[in-house]
Amino acid sequence: MKKKNVSVGRVITKRDPRKDWRLYMFLLVPLIYIIVFKYMPIGGLVIAFKEYKVRKGIWGSDWVGFENFIKFFESYQFWRVLKNTVILSVYTIAISFPFPVMFALMINSVRNEKFKKVTQTIVNMPHFISTIVMVGIVFSVFNSRTGLYGSLMHSITGSWPEDLFASPANFRHFYVWSAVWQNFGWDSIIYTAALSSVDPSYHEAAEIDGASRLQRVIHVDLPTILPTIITMLILRMGSVMTIGFEKVYLMQNSLNLSASEIISTYVYQVGLSAQGNGNFSYATAIGMFNSVINFVLVVVVNKISKKVSETSLW
Amino acid sequence: MKNNTKIKHNQDRLYYAICYTGVSILTLIVLYPVIYVVSSSFSNADLVVQGKVWLWPVDINLDAYEMLFNYKNLWSGYANTIFYTVAGTVINLVVTLCCAYPMARKNLRGRNQIMFLFSFTMMFSGGMIPTYILVKNLGIMNTRWALLLPSAMSVYNMIVCRTFIQTNIPEEMLEASQIDGCNDTQFFFRMILPLSKPIIAVLALWYAVSHWNSYFSAFLYLKDSSLYPLQLFLREILFASKRIVETDGMIEAGASISTNISVVMQYCVIVVSTAPLMCIYPFVQKHFQKGVMVGSVKG
Repeated sequence: MKKKNVSVGRVITKRDPRKDWRLYMFLLVPLIYIIVFKYMPIGGLVIAFKEYKVRKGIWGSDWVGFENFIKFFESYQFWRVLKNTVILSVYTIAISFPFPVMFALMINSVRNEKFKKVTQTIVNMPHFISTIVMVGIVFSVFNSRTGLYGSLMHSITGSWPEDLFASPANFRHFYVWSAVWQNFGWDSIIYTAALSSVDPSYHEAAEIDGASRLQRVIHVDLPTILPTIITMLILRMGSVMTIGFEKVYLMQNSLNLSASEIISTYVYQVGLSAQGNGNFSYATAIGMFNSVINFVLVVVVNKISKKVSETSLW
Repeated sequence: MKNNTKIKHNQDRLYYAICYTGVSILTLIVLYPVIYVVSSSFSNADLVVQGKVWLWPVDINLDAYEMLFNYKNLWSGYANTIFYTVAGTVINLVVTLCCAYPMARKNLRGRNQIMFLFSFTMMFSGGMIPTYILVKNLGIMNTRWALLLPSAMSVYNMIVCRTFIQTNIPEEMLEASQIDGCNDTQFFFRMILPLSKPIIAVLALWYAVSHWNSYFSAFLYLKDSSLYPLQLFLREILFASKRIVETDGMIEAGASISTNISVVMQYCVIVVSTAPLMCIYPFVQKHFQKGVMVGSVKG
């Protein structure tokens, strides 16, 4: 992944831009797109420092400085949503990171090609299930009355179990483990590909030296994919604060809010939901706080990554 | 020495046994909920709620499907989703290719600066509210454009595409064509497009799946239910009846047939909305995997 100078022995001379006008024409639409739909919202962040009024527009509204940020930092919601975001994210990484590695190592040891193919096809499949359907399946199967969980518990204990989705603690478990279920197969692809590049002569040499299969996994396979593992882990760390809105919002209910209100859902709640008061400026300030932390994390993590493994995003 | 090989052999056998069982168990864990959902959708509603269905359909019955197919919104949702998927993917491909082609030229003046402009947006964004205000100000709120334009290109996919062009289409080819009098536009249509077919297929699949599954922008930007994609109706069906169960609280098992059938209807709707993707998926998964690999090698 390191930047290589592909054109070895060739000096890249920048051409006269006038000769390349056709190439710039190709860039016209993408540039307009990126400026309108990506940079204009970034410009729109100024309303975090204003008291946005629809009538006055983004530029006409009055400046209030850091008032919105201070209001957020001082509100009781601040620590709650920050804590929930970090806990949910760290829990997700801690659980969902090792599974694909383990699975890749195991399936790499499988010698029956047909078995390999069939299992891989099956475990990759849930990756294509939409968030809504995913959450719908969890809710249906674990419903304490009508779902498999309810009837199973009823037939064992003779009474109906409690509603699993009413507990804030369970929210996190369901969120994380359903993500593992959905993605471990897909996430393992990158490791299985790295494993397929292991030089077979290493395995042969180790075998001659009397290494068992497990020893070969530990001393040959694992070191080969270690750089990939480290890179993936570092990149994953950089996105600690970017937990998406979609799944959390669907899994939220009034009973688990104390664990399920994270920054992105809170932004929606304050700015756009029917119950919120449509406070655009305040919501933007909260969102911007999150974006800035994200940005700093990505930059820092990338610096570390460059030092540690000589791989980086850019 | 012989003893050693024997021990080693036994160890290996144990190791392989663990691998095969581990892989099998994980596969079954993935497969089981899927089978359960499909089986339940074809079963008698009362028996599903009573927990009589645990693997295969029991007392096969299509009442819930019939009810679902009579639900008009399902069809308008389906039609809308197909429209958003097709139109969205076409827009995505055009914009992505138009961007990746010049960015793959190493000697284009200003290339690094323009590249920075694109990749910066992967790390920092305006977020939910400013984008919402923008969509509103552009006057595309509550129109089909609101689902197509804001996501016209993914920078990540553009980089994947650029990398593909850089590594698969040698510069000598460009030079040769230029000597033959081919300009940059002709080169794009005659050389880049035909030679990029594999990556175009991968990108088309990625974009199409993301359009098919997305609900977020429709949820934020659409008010008019005749424009809703399938996923929003799914949300209504899957989560509305959950709320009914929640508020009723103490519904006893088998209380009323209508509730039971609505439970099974949820399974049906999951099957109906996901089936198209699942049917195509085994045939195209190779391409998806290839895409993951191209994406992991950055130029």
